[in-house]
Amino acid sequence: MTDKIQATINNLPVEVPAGATILDAARQVSVRIPTLCKHPDLDATAACGICIVRIKGSNKMLRACCTPLEPDMDITTEDPEIIQVRRTVVEMILSRHPNECLTCGRNQNCELQTIAADFGLREICLDSIVPDLPIDESTHAITLDPRKCITCGRCIQVCQQIQDVWALTFLQRGIDTRIAAAGDISLADSPCVRCGQCSAHCPTGAIVEYDETQEVWDKLLDPDAFCVAQLAPAVRVAIGEAFGFPVGTNLTGKTYAALRRMGFDAVFDTNFGADLTIMEEAHEFVQRFSDPDAVLPLITTCCPSWVDFMEKFHDDMIPHFSSCKSPQAMVGALAKTYYAEKMGLDPAKIYVVSVMPCTAKKFEIIRSKEMRSSGFQDVDTSLTTRELARMIKQSGINFKALAEEQPDHMLGAYTGAGTIFGATGGVMEAALRTSHFLLTGENPERLDFQKTRGLDGVKEGTAIIAGHEIRFAVAHGLGNVETVLTRVREARDAGTEPPYHFIEVMACPGGCVGGGGQPYGVTDKLRAKRAAGLYQDDQAGLWRCSHENPYIQKLYADFLGQPGGEKSEHLLHTSYRTRKTYRR
Amino acid sequence: MSPTPTQTEDDVAVIAKRWKDKRGSLIMALHALQDRYGYVPREAAMNLGEQMNVPLARIYEVLTFYNYFRLKSPGKHVVSVCMGTACYLKGAPQLLSQASDALGIAPGETSEDGEYHLQVVRCVGCCGLAPVATVNGELLAKVTGESLAAHLPSPSVSNDGKA
Repeated sequence: MTDKIQATINNLPVEVPAGATILDAARQVSVRIPTLCKHPDLDATAACGICIVRIKGSNKMLRACCTPLEPDMDITTEDPEIIQVRRTVVEMILSRHPNECLTCGRNQNCELQTIAADFGLREICLDSIVPDLPIDESTHAITLDPRKCITCGRCIQVCQQIQDVWALTFLQRGIDTRIAAAGDISLADSPCVRCGQCSAHCPTGAIVEYDETQEVWDKLLDPDAFCVAQLAPAVRVAIGEAFGFPVGTNLTGKTYAALRRMGFDAVFDTNFGADLTIMEEAHEFVQRFSDPDAVLPLITTCCPSWVDFMEKFHDDMIPHFSSCKSPQAMVGALAKTYYAEKMGLDPAKIYVVSVMPCTAKKFEIIRSKEMRSSGFQDVDTSLTTRELARMIKQSGINFKALAEEQPDHMLGAYTGAGTIFGATGGVMEAALRTSHFLLTGENPERLDFQKTRGLDGVKEGTAIIAGHEIRFAVAHGLGNVETVLTRVREARDAGTEPPYHFIEVMACPGGCVGGGGQPYGVTDKLRAKRAAGLYQDDQAGLWRCSHENPYIQKLYADFLGQPGGEKSEHLLHTSYRTRKTYRR
Repeated sequence: MSPTPTQTEDDVAVIAKRWKDKRGSLIMALHALQDRYGYVPREAAMNLGEQMNVPLARIYEVLTFYNYFRLKSPGKHVVSVCMGTACYLKGAPQLLSQASDALGIAPGETSEDGEYHLQVVRCVGCCGLAPVATVNGELLAKVTGESLAAHLPSPSVSNDGKA
């Protein structure tokens, strides 16, 4: 067999590597074959049956997503009979889909709705048999409405294969097939870590983020509430997709402006919290690195799905976990202590909203007693990027025309090290920059650590700092964690030198830029573009190391004291515990 | 009767040990569980998953895909009405509805007190005796609503002597 296959699609010559499917080949020559189940991140499952094509002269219809192109095939993708069959398939899907588009979370952003519109359906000739199944909102992070499921299987593949969580599953068979949490329990009682990748891959409104926009509007209307917002690193380079900006455009200033228009009294940046996390975490790392008896590798804990996953499946790693809270939690704690004190505000009246690329952050804010370190719930509500985009649209703000604004610097000024938290490897890179400073008193000559960047599932590298070799690993997508942890365990059990000193884990593929709460349609191409937007922001920044942030320096001088000091310990650090995988 | 937790653990350990390292044997292990209890208790399924290193999600995919598996205790007395072709022609549908009325449960259901379970089976292999029903495995030939009712065991008597 040759390496290249030559064939014809709709009379267009095409050449693809052996093994490529008809769908891949068609896309290469800009022939559009509709599909509802195939996603670029995932293997083809041939579930939906819409991508049918045929070899000219043959009656047999083939599914383009899972049929490899063969030499000299002469494929046609668009004769009237094919279109008729596809339309019938769409009608069959719609006959068991509720007709609730106008009030659905995916209205105007739904792959099923788009296909129905493309086919121009005016009536469904089949009887409606929408299953009567309950909505599951038990996680308060994602909403599962199995009635809207078209059983394409994307969420299940993401949950089981990419994330290795096994919370979602198909139950029953045939017409009764339905999506449910493992063992038909509630999602909150299942192993679900609320990463929301299911919602990011769902073609319909069957899985969406748990919507809390109304609660935020209510607080913005409340004259007694002092509402503050904080914006996560990855949100700024993705929110533009909801307003027609090119993917990866950095819209930090416009988003600050929009938040103020909506009624927020102060706008902070989670990037500030990221700088602070680095101050605490690099300090913790250097301390452990310099102590021959300390537990290494140190593992990052900014990602709440990863923390949840570890507490459920890898609790032997608890001693390795950094005690640092995530940037969002740090900003929340400081808003109701440091900021309140400086501004003479009653912390009881401060309402903190975080805007995150993430559905799991909705859980993080209540995950343990340390999330009330200010004496109140430190972060009151966490919104996803998608929810903020909706609120901006609701408010009628002309987002494109907004003039850029600055954050409230006390908890809003940030460095390039803070902004790259949003891409896989960013936390490691930022931590290495400041660790270098802590160990040598100088910034590294080259601030870019290329080995931490990019979309490889596991990235390994070495940084030489003051003659010490620091071995690090970066994993993203929970399914990639096992590889790294296995190496750590093998060394631990054999009593040998640990394979790494420092490990970063982000639950979502690509890190937060690919988070479960980000705008729809994510692929590796989009993840790379969003990450590029963050690295540009880093390059352009005045400061590129967290310890250079003058507002961080001021925070330590005026309020916290030292990294790892008593006040920091109380406000900025947390603890971990074993969680049962299946509660009933 | 629901098994006690200790019983389950012992049973599951034996079953898991037998099937653990054989690829594609989850279904055999689940059959063994159902053979043991008459259904697959939830606790036992979770236990089995842990010991065989199979996620609960996968176990329930299998359990709900094959309608052979039962997830609820089937009841003390199992009444099966054959709906094979011969029995069907000889009046099985009426027989089934009579049985259903007599027991107060629909086919596939278990009575609230856990006493009776009514189910449909397809051909028990003695079409010459149609219509056929079985009660706890005992075959009733050329059965009528009346003869079936006469063969229904009375509800069990609890320990304190009251029905």
